[in-house]
Amino acid sequence: MNRAEPLILGIETSCDETGVGIVRGTTLLANIIASSMDEHARYGGVVPEVAARAHLEALGPTIRAALAEASVTLDDIDAVAVTSGPGLAGALMVGVGAAKALALSLDVPIYAVNHLVGHVGADLLDTAAPLETPTVALLVSGGHTSLLLVRDLVSDVELLGETIDDAAGEAFDKVARLLGLPYPGGPEIDRAAVGGDPKAIRFPRGLTQPKDQAAHRYDFSFSGLKTAVARWVEQREAAGEPVPLADVAASFREAVVDVLVTKAIAACTDLGVPRLLLGGGVVANARLREVARERTDAAGIDLRVPPLSLCTDNGAMIAALASQLVMAGHPPSGLGFGADSTLPATEIRVA
Amino acid sequence: MLLAIDTSTGTSVAVVDRDGASGELRCLAETGTDDTMRHAEVIGDFIREALAGAGIDRDRLSGVAAGMGPGPFTGLRVGIAAAHAFALGIDRPFVPVVSHDAIAWSRYRAGETRSLQVVTDARRREFAVSEYDGLDDDGLPVRVLGPGLAPRDEVPVARGIRFDATIVSAGAIGMLAELAFAAGRLPLAADAPLYLRAPDVTPSAGKRVLQ
Ligand SMILES: [Zn+2]
Repeated sequence: MNRAEPLILGIETSCDETGVGIVRGTTLLANIIASSMDEHARYGGVVPEVAARAHLEALGPTIRAALAEASVTLDDIDAVAVTSGPGLAGALMVGVGAAKALALSLDVPIYAVNHLVGHVGADLLDTAAPLETPTVALLVSGGHTSLLLVRDLVSDVELLGETIDDAAGEAFDKVARLLGLPYPGGPEIDRAAVGGDPKAIRFPRGLTQPKDQAAHRYDFSFSGLKTAVARWVEQREAAGEPVPLADVAASFREAVVDVLVTKAIAACTDLGVPRLLLGGGVVANARLREVARERTDAAGIDLRVPPLSLCTDNGAMIAALASQLVMAGHPPSGLGFGADSTLPATEIRVA
Repeated sequence: MLLAIDTSTGTSVAVVDRDGASGELRCLAETGTDDTMRHAEVIGDFIREALAGAGIDRDRLSGVAAGMGPGPFTGLRVGIAAAHAFALGIDRPFVPVVSHDAIAWSRYRAGETRSLQVVTDARRREFAVSEYDGLDDDGLPVRVLGPGLAPRDEVPVARGIRFDATIVSAGAIGMLAELAFAAGRLPLAADAPLYLRAPDVTPSAGKRVLQ
């Protein structure tokens, strides 16, 4: 195998995106995503069985499209990489089954890797400035909200905190629904917030009270915020007053963004790590990027945001992480790994 | 020569061959487990063991056959996904087979002569049921009904005998595919899992590491 610049095909099926990426070393050759998001829209959230069915249908065509995009053939591939977890078990299993068989059919090694660490690996692709470590990583999507301390991408990652209830993206979806907006909620809330006053309503910031600092300094909670928005809207309606949609949307979004950025910067400051990396689909939210930029600048923290196409769940990030593992001389995974819906962030590569 | 995979019950992987001259069907290697919870874990090792057991190189395979169910969805998909990917990797056709057909074919091949009702677990207090009327001139099982779902205590009375299966042999899946190929009867089934049931639509609670 080419260990200096390995050609890796990465498969990601942890949630509702079927992602296949191909990278050579740190060069991105293909990043193809088939999303089943439209099928979930009418349920207001990701339905695991619908996602798993869609993965099975999409995987073959997505692999073919990635090979075509990268202008390589399967015979060129040095190793196959796949997300082992965390994620939806039934969805992950489609990717795991396919990746094992693909690796065996090509007689190449397989690397089973961690989805969350993969989000950090995405930042290594096609960039002039290599990822510096240690770095704090804030990963926010419809499926997860996690704060990681990455001392070394392939050998030392620690979970600082994560959501104890809803993921941030899920909070956007739920609040959008109660405001009568369609799924997915992120872009809809953004649209509704245009012209709204983010300070109009002071919605609660979960787990930011002094009493929370001991047990949950870096954890997140968004279910109380969702309830607060619901109650505020109900009270308005009960009083026969109009609901100022723009103000509610802007104030809700501000509460989410404020908590995310405040905790990420606290982690950087507490740990003496002057670097913050963003990842996950919620990075598409312009207000999150804007507030993160302002506050990291003010705190002297270097902010890195990979291109959006690499922030949402994708196979290229999985390939990128495996490529780093190969280049660092780590052995491949055995064939016996499974789908681990709660794979801890410390487990970067599943043995 | 075919690689065959079925995960509609446990996990079964086989390598089969049909002698072009004599028409004799042979199962060169078969490995499996009736464990219905570990399809994703065991599929890789089983494929490797089946190929090693058959003592052949993957280049000699002319296709990959897969049992399309019916069966519990999560496990069923693992085998189908693996078969698809292996076929893609060796650039050979994917051959879908109805898993119940393989069960019926095995019974008839073992000497059964009566009509046969094949019954497998479909979870949710239901069974998946198919009815067969022997083998046709090509040696393929004649399915006259199903596969369909029935509540466990409302399975129609079998016209011949009822056979409750807990294991589907990938060897039988592969040999059926070989027979069908030789008889020019492919495709035997559509390239879609036999779910027989619309998806359950409870949205997920999301991905979480701690709880
Ligand atoms: Zn993700």
